[in-house]
Amino acid sequence: MSTVTATSASAAQLDYVLRIGDSALILGQRLSEWCGHGPVIEEDIALTNTALDLIGQARLLLTHAATLEGKGRDEDALAFLRAEHAYRNLTICELPNGDFGRTVLRNLLFAAWQMQLWPALAGSTDAQLAAIAGKSVKESRYHLQHAADWTVRLGDGTEVSHARMQRALDDLWPYTAEFFAATATDEQAQAAGIGPALSSLAAGWEQAVLPVLERATLKVPARTPFLSHGKEGRHSEHMGHLLAEMQYLQRAFPGAKW
Amino acid sequence: MNRSEWPLWEVFIRSRSGLDHKHCGSVHAPDARMALANARDVYTRRLEGVSLWVVKSTDIHASDPDAKPEMFDPAEDKIYRHPTFYTLPDEVNHM
Repeated sequence: MSTVTATSASAAQLDYVLRIGDSALILGQRLSEWCGHGPVIEEDIALTNTALDLIGQARLLLTHAATLEGKGRDEDALAFLRAEHAYRNLTICELPNGDFGRTVLRNLLFAAWQMQLWPALAGSTDAQLAAIAGKSVKESRYHLQHAADWTVRLGDGTEVSHARMQRALDDLWPYTAEFFAATATDEQAQAAGIGPALSSLAAGWEQAVLPVLERATLKVPARTPFLSHGKEGRHSEHMGHLLAEMQYLQRAFPGAKW
Repeated sequence: MNRSEWPLWEVFIRSRSGLDHKHCGSVHAPDARMALANARDVYTRRLEGVSLWVVKSTDIHASDPDAKPEMFDPAEDKIYRHPTFYTLPDEVNHM
């Protein structure tokens, strides 16, 4: 996988599917860290449900990617046995959870992006990708609603919760630029009719996110030139630690099954 | 620090269209909206239902367990209240 570069249409398609699948996988891994640690048992289950939805999406997408790759690897090999730079997830997905408020705020930003992406993939020339998108949109709609509810409650909550949410928004906001920054892979996927122009998703995303932030009385930070590059395999310092935990079992006991 | 609990809500699930909502458990939540969300996340993970009701536990008034004798026992010897003493025409189904 380390040799994947977007040099041909099929390589671009593989890279494109990995970006979407890895983003779901890595955020699913992060959210599963909440299992047993939620502020109340109901939210513990809610976050774990969301994690399982995302890992379910990742399974479908990585299975599809493995087929596109055609090298005999399966979803597990892709999920657990790649090196850090071979993962194509958006950087925002790998950032640490922080507190509960920061976790749901990231879910809001990400679910709102997925809610733009899935409908745009419905007409993809990649029929498998279109089918996965059709299944996933209902899950993401619930994630968005859950995250929006909590963002408003905490943003427009106490002085402490508001301050924490504002700090989380200030920290996370710059990473949302990567949602809409097209690379060569995105452009080739668009040209092949596989995916939308990423910039075309921005308006709908803002329509989903900005009213929630306003109701949450949060101040939207100004855009800066900062751009993360997770989907090109250049990750933050947090990614290696996440992978160490996620890959531990398959590294320690290769091929282990249960 | 004030650690007062969120209020308790009783959860009712309709398993299929046409059936009654049945009590299945309870959740904690500060308001009805979150009670519904929590009920969804806790009680419908395995395709249990198609509709949810939540009711504040404090809004449910229960009969007194100690009053069972006078409340329910008198019905015991009134078997004529069961509609089993009538001969129904064959055309009447599903009684």
